[in-house]
Amino acid sequence: MAKVIVYPLTSTILADLVERMGHESLVIPTEVRKKIISTSIDSPPLNITPDDPKKGLKWAAVDVPSGVRGRMAIIGPLIEAAEAAIIIDDPGCLTGCSGCNRANELVRLLIKTKGIPVLEMNYPEDENEARGFVRKIKIFLEGLK
Amino acid sequence: MRITKYIITSPESDILPSDIAMKIYRSKNDVNVKETCFGVIINGEEKALNELLKEIRAMDPNGIFIKDRGFPPGDARRCRGRRGGGARPGFYMIEHESKMLPLISKALASEREDMDIVCPPKKRPLDLEKLEAIIKTELS
Repeated sequence: MAKVIVYPLTSTILADLVERMGHESLVIPTEVRKKIISTSIDSPPLNITPDDPKKGLKWAAVDVPSGVRGRMAIIGPLIEAAEAAIIIDDPGCLTGCSGCNRANELVRLLIKTKGIPVLEMNYPEDENEARGFVRKIKIFLEGLK
Repeated sequence: MRITKYIITSPESDILPSDIAMKIYRSKNDVNVKETCFGVIINGEEKALNELLKEIRAMDPNGIFIKDRGFPPGDARRCRGRRGGGARPGFYMIEHESKMLPLISKALASEREDMDIVCPPKKRPLDLEKLEAIIKTELS
């Protein structure tokens, strides 16, 4: 079972297909969960502290907006843990924790330069494309140990 | 650890969110359920929930999609009832992807059919009478 990071990090389709085919999907909600149900919550209502943007300095420079660094504090460890990646080139709709384009550019760059197997594709628009989409993901995931 | 999952049904699936909710109620597990327009949100202990999710997925393997959620259902920090209305940010992504779910469902169904054709039939154990005949011929 490999740890597969998906982009968009909030994608239902990609997370489901990865889990369905017996691998672990690395997605934002699992990291957000740690921030909200931990017993020692430092900064209610969410456990987001001034330390989080500092953690993000590992992946983004100090002059990068704090929103990017804050996001990287959550997404960065996911990228470090990833053993493979599936990227949608033009997801079309990104909101909430995946709604920052600068952070998304950095995430895609870090994934691609990490040296792990990466599958890049677009969302399907018709039935034939959908078949190719599912088949490519299946073949890619079957090739992972 | 208690975890939360979204169970999202494809718009063309015959399974309704209420069907999933009833299945969960009948399971008698300690699981919180919230019905929504796109499926259900469930919250419970990880081990029990993972077993339950297998049963739920079996209701419509190609039409039910599952993903993680950070916040528990009805959480005051996210619930729109307490924030003065309006969809929460994550809903737009689900809405965007739910339009593609029928295509993915059909693709998964055709992939399953292809697998059925490619997979050889399961080997069955040797028939007892045949085994007896083999023993007799070998030992005679």
